[in-house]
Amino acid sequence: MAELAEVAKSTRAWACYDCGKCTATCPIARAGANYSPRRHVLATNLGQRETVLENGSLFTCLTCGLCDRRCPAQVGYTALVQRLRQISFREGVQPECPHGGALQSLMRMMAAGGTRQDRLEWLSDDLETQPEHGEVFYWTGCTMYYDAFFTDFSVRTLGATRAAVRLMNRLGVTPVVSADERCCGHDLLWNGDRNNFELLAKHNVRLVADSGASLLVVSCAECLRTWKVDYGPFFEGRPPRIVHITEWLGERLGGLTFRRNGARRVTFQDPCRLGRHLGMYDPPRDLLAALPAVELVEMPRAKAAAMCCAGGTWSNCDRFAKQIQVERLREARATGAQVLLTACPKCQIHFRCAMKDPNLASEIEIEMQDVTELVAGEIGE
Amino acid sequence: MTTRAPRPKRPRRRPPLATVPASWNPSLVVFACNWCSYAGADTAGVSRIQQQPFFRMIRVMCSGRIQPGFVLRAFERGADGVLVSGCHFGDCHYVSGNERAVALFEKTMRVVGMLGLEQGRLRLEWISAAEGARFAQVINEFTDQVRALGPSPFARRAPEPGAPAVPAPAAVASAGG
Repeated sequence: MAELAEVAKSTRAWACYDCGKCTATCPIARAGANYSPRRHVLATNLGQRETVLENGSLFTCLTCGLCDRRCPAQVGYTALVQRLRQISFREGVQPECPHGGALQSLMRMMAAGGTRQDRLEWLSDDLETQPEHGEVFYWTGCTMYYDAFFTDFSVRTLGATRAAVRLMNRLGVTPVVSADERCCGHDLLWNGDRNNFELLAKHNVRLVADSGASLLVVSCAECLRTWKVDYGPFFEGRPPRIVHITEWLGERLGGLTFRRNGARRVTFQDPCRLGRHLGMYDPPRDLLAALPAVELVEMPRAKAAAMCCAGGTWSNCDRFAKQIQVERLREARATGAQVLLTACPKCQIHFRCAMKDPNLASEIEIEMQDVTELVAGEIGE
Repeated sequence: MTTRAPRPKRPRRRPPLATVPASWNPSLVVFACNWCSYAGADTAGVSRIQQQPFFRMIRVMCSGRIQPGFVLRAFERGADGVLVSGCHFGDCHYVSGNERAVALFEKTMRVVGMLGLEQGRLRLEWISAAEGARFAQVINEFTDQVRALGPSPFARRAPEPGAPAVPAPAAVASAGG
């Protein structure tokens, strides 16, 4: 198949020498799932379309990128999966979406557009923002939807969104926060739904371009990856500078003073999108290092070796994912940290879900916060 | 900062209400629990109670099964309104399934509102197996309510006359080779 050959070429799948490191590394395979990245790489190289699309097994991949790091031949398995899923989706082999497909429906409705979203309810009076035009655009992501949807395990992802605006205000910036922002399309893209992703991408790129912003500050790790990598072809003219909130705050530490009392130990979960996908391991750590009252203890598997929250694209939730989450939470607890920090709302959602397990809760429960939220709480006079 | 030429206004997906023909009728999806509401609809039918016929019923075993994904899917696929119905409190065949239905419904309502759909397009009702007249009344009321709101922004409009037919999606079986 010419198409598979092209995919093999553009993702370096052809370089595979069948060592099997990817399958040995894969968190899902290690947890016991009948899943093999190597099989997909080989099948792609051999043009075996049926094997690639078989059982929708492509949608088992967490797209965490751990195998990309370990591959001695630099095969881009994550990129391969993204491409193959598009083929699969087109052929009608689609993921079995968790949460009854509610989130995918939301995303596709946002892609269709035509409604005026009521997504800024969380903006309290003390937060200063601009509705349309400004120099700095703050990309909120879908945290307001998550908080409304995941009420069962007290998800508070909006905390980070509010904290980000508060910190920006404190640094003298009044960001644009738009009610017309739509889902970045990350999950649709990784589910293989290219068409709807493109609708969202075009809308969002135009929205930010129309605001006149030269800087785009993003909180969510997945939105950031989408903006930085996947939106590439959609920019017309000069794209804005795109930074993660931790990066942006790190550049402006001089303008903030932090409290010195009440020491806390924290540990940090590298979101796969921020870490392995974008190579941004240091910005959140640098920011934490600047907080006098916060001590960061690393988990044994950190940075490039970090374990994924096992729920990246709303397409894979099963007992293997649960096992990965429980294992990771045990690791976090073992560091003796009081708070598990992350920089992606999904890490928070998935770990909080795992903590709900009545049999294991006492062993794995740990307070979770977004880095931005912690930083905002550390501001002192 | 460079000045940009004003971009042309994108056409609204939703036709202005003035262009909605007077004969327009909404498409409604009604989720009904097996034990009460579905039987209530049956009672309405066998009693020959007149009701507006613009709804499709989906029977589920319990209203507690109707998770946000079902409702959102209905809207995504073009439903103009969605009615969720179950047994009265205390009458649930599974004791407390309808209490769960309330929790799920509230969550759905919040998300639907956030998305910008009118909240009048979504409704929760308790209808027992004996309440045939009430079933018909709820359906009539809800149909009128949604008709007043007009077509959903996500409703697929009928193709223009003379427009090329939409090609059928490729069959999965032809995927090989």
